[in-house]
Amino acid sequence: MGNMKRIAGISILLLVIVTITAIIDIRFLSPFNVRNVLRWTGLFGILSLGAAFVIVTGGIDLSIGSVVAMIGTFSAYLMARQGVSVALTLFLMLLLSLALGLAHGLLITKVRVQPFVVTLCGLFIYRGMARFVVGDMTQGYGTGFLGLKNLVKSRFPQTFWPGTPPEFIVNWSIPMPFMILLILAIILAIVLNKSVYGRHLLALGANERAARYSGIHTHRVIIIAYMISASFAGLGGLLFSLDLNTVQPSASGQMYELYAIAGCVVGGISLRGGEGNITGVIIGTAIVRVLYNSINIAGIATQLEFAVLGMVILIGVSVDEIVKMIAEKRRIMESADPEALQRKATA
Amino acid sequence: MSDQRIATDGSTPQTKDEESAAGERVQTDVSNGFVIEARGISKVFPGVQALRDVDLTLSRGEVLAVVGENGAGKSTLMKILAGVEMESEGVIKVDGQQVRIGSVDKALDLGIALVHQELNLCPNLSIADNVFLGREKLVKSVGGLEKVVRLVDKETSEAETADLLKKVGLETRPDTLVRDLTIGSQQLVEIAKALSINAKVVIFDEPTSSLSGPETERLFAVIKDLKDHGVSVVYISHRLGEVKHVADRVLVLRDGEVTGQLSAEEITKEAMIHLMVGRDIEKFYSIKHKISDKVRLEVRDFIVPKQPGKPINLKVHAGEILVLAGLVGAGRTEFAQALYGIDQPWAGRIFIDGREVKVNDPIDAIRAGMLLVPEDRKLHGLVTEMDVVNNITLAGFKDRLSKYGIVDARQAREVASRMIKELDVRLHSMDQIVQTLSGGNQQKVVLGKWLSMDPKVLLLDEPTRGIDVVAKEEVYKLMERLAEEKVAMLVISSEMQEVLSIADRIVVMCEGTVTGELLPDQYSEENVIKLATETTRHG
Repeated sequence: MGNMKRIAGISILLLVIVTITAIIDIRFLSPFNVRNVLRWTGLFGILSLGAAFVIVTGGIDLSIGSVVAMIGTFSAYLMARQGVSVALTLFLMLLLSLALGLAHGLLITKVRVQPFVVTLCGLFIYRGMARFVVGDMTQGYGTGFLGLKNLVKSRFPQTFWPGTPPEFIVNWSIPMPFMILLILAIILAIVLNKSVYGRHLLALGANERAARYSGIHTHRVIIIAYMISASFAGLGGLLFSLDLNTVQPSASGQMYELYAIAGCVVGGISLRGGEGNITGVIIGTAIVRVLYNSINIAGIATQLEFAVLGMVILIGVSVDEIVKMIAEKRRIMESADPEALQRKATA
Repeated sequence: MSDQRIATDGSTPQTKDEESAAGERVQTDVSNGFVIEARGISKVFPGVQALRDVDLTLSRGEVLAVVGENGAGKSTLMKILAGVEMESEGVIKVDGQQVRIGSVDKALDLGIALVHQELNLCPNLSIADNVFLGREKLVKSVGGLEKVVRLVDKETSEAETADLLKKVGLETRPDTLVRDLTIGSQQLVEIAKALSINAKVVIFDEPTSSLSGPETERLFAVIKDLKDHGVSVVYISHRLGEVKHVADRVLVLRDGEVTGQLSAEEITKEAMIHLMVGRDIEKFYSIKHKISDKVRLEVRDFIVPKQPGKPINLKVHAGEILVLAGLVGAGRTEFAQALYGIDQPWAGRIFIDGREVKVNDPIDAIRAGMLLVPEDRKLHGLVTEMDVVNNITLAGFKDRLSKYGIVDARQAREVASRMIKELDVRLHSMDQIVQTLSGGNQQKVVLGKWLSMDPKVLLLDEPTRGIDVVAKEEVYKLMERLAEEKVAMLVISSEMQEVLSIADRIVVMCEGTVTGELLPDQYSEENVIKLATETTRHG
């Protein structure tokens, strides 16, 4: 119920921003621009989905941007520079990002370091490693690796069209990153809403003691959440590097963890934990990307882009909290003794 | 002394069950022996002997009520049986097998379920999800992947939950989120959860404290149904009227020891109170001071939030120590916190020295001269990581110890050092971190914080909890001195000895409202307990 209302709320917000921007400049709705926004939403949405799982536990993952940089750098370095096979590279990168998530989870649950601190240190360490291993040199894929690049460059269904596709299909085919996001979103939605793991994740995010009293292995649940976040960041790292075709170890992925978190927050995932909603995360990410795009299109000074972004997110989240507060008050009134209520009314 | 039998050996309770089996209300099957047999259970917490050599037996299909005052050890005993705490000494047998429970998982495996006093639900999940949390119903076939892809079978779990909800009388859809339920309904969900594991033993710890009349009736029907199906029930309640209604046998605890057992026909309120109270409480401290006629604090038609009951009317005079007695959960803390502006009352007016005061926030109360020494000093009374000076002067910074927003450090130190001297706080230096002080000295720092502000009304919530006898006496002396300075004091205390010793007048609360007042010539533990169990809703 509450979730449906929230989704409706942010969908309307998204629609409003789209409409306003389109009125200011109709080019916002041109096929080229729409594809662009969808591609970026896809790439950032993958990061947001991972972050969402950690945020549901009441934790945070600040290392996402640095994982993006490290995996992107290493992927390009191994394949393009060292000639390691594509399959082996992908396997090693998956293993590496899962290991990072495992390390975060173990430090948080067993050593009891706060999530903020663990992943903040990750943010520093992985960026440093990425820069050191390749000597701070910009990496790239050059003109090769076309098969792999299809992961980001191809479009659905244009690329898979038998023969020459009609113009409509060429214009409105969906960029592959967004397709990947949709597929991952469906899988994660099942995990979160249908699986036992998802149930335990939501339970522990809201009331860890109740979860423990119910015999749930809370540590395992938390560790898996951090592994999901890190591996999605790793996938994001690979796709971003392929999309740009170059990776600058010192600059790639910078602040991406904050975009990922912003997408979740706008999507209605409370940093207090226990709230999870995959559709919300995708719409939230889309809002952030569309806003970014609108600022450019609407001709607002680019220096202001962060300020506008921050303000819109802040207003959205505040409205959400106020609505919640009112609902809470109503519930307290309802749960009380009706006699006392009567008395209050007459007092 | 027919109402007082102390179980000392294994045969006594069994004899009693046979006796009561003759009575008309018991269809208890005792032929299988005891479901639970606990002998010589002791539990020591640092500095406290919570339980001493307690025996508890429970037969199949029996409802055993455990009663006792605050701190008698009821909850500790139940936590041991449910695996939340581990006994320090003693032997527990379940179905004749000696076991060490020690974890909630183990207790559930043994078929012992505890319905907690405080709610342990996830508000963001549905009723069905909460009921089967940790024991989810799984989709049987996921295309051969069911071993790896473990999906929740929503239909089955909601159907089974619907049956359980019918049993406990909660007419709500099983997919309703728990956060959309009233507290009473949430309590019923807890009960449904306990029923869902098909327990042999269900322990109810104060299950009715948040239930309305009809909900309570429903719970009794559930208990009856459990009993008829051979499930044993342990029932803890402060409401003695209720106990009489549901129990086959009553076990009475006092100060961690069993003081007696009552069989079904022996259960009367008087008999239970008789065993709950000790006969010889001595006044260990007596306060002598003059009380003026002047009313300092007056509360009119006050309805306590969170625990709303009949409106409260109360006057506290200058120099008077008024003790608010009652059982845990009577709404006393909620009352004090609402007076102090932490929560908003449902209705009511507050007058200090005859002038009405609008208290919307603690700062309003502080400005009007009404101060609260909270129950949990580590949580609400002190910033334990800060030093003594800053703690004592914390509340004064805004109005008294600063100019243009800049703290006057020298004056703050002066005030702090004056208070430390007056209260005789033992410390190495004023810059010592509060955490490193003993409990008694920490409490003095809390008091010092308020005394430095010349209070008119002082609300003291359990002011001597967890501090040693010497420190207690110092706190009492201090209260006496404050009384001489015409401060009106409203003291919440759950320690009977303290209540009877320091009060100029005792006001007893139960279920969010005042149930009676006692003057010194009426002081007795029995009178207090009687009023404290004077339930208005049931029994």
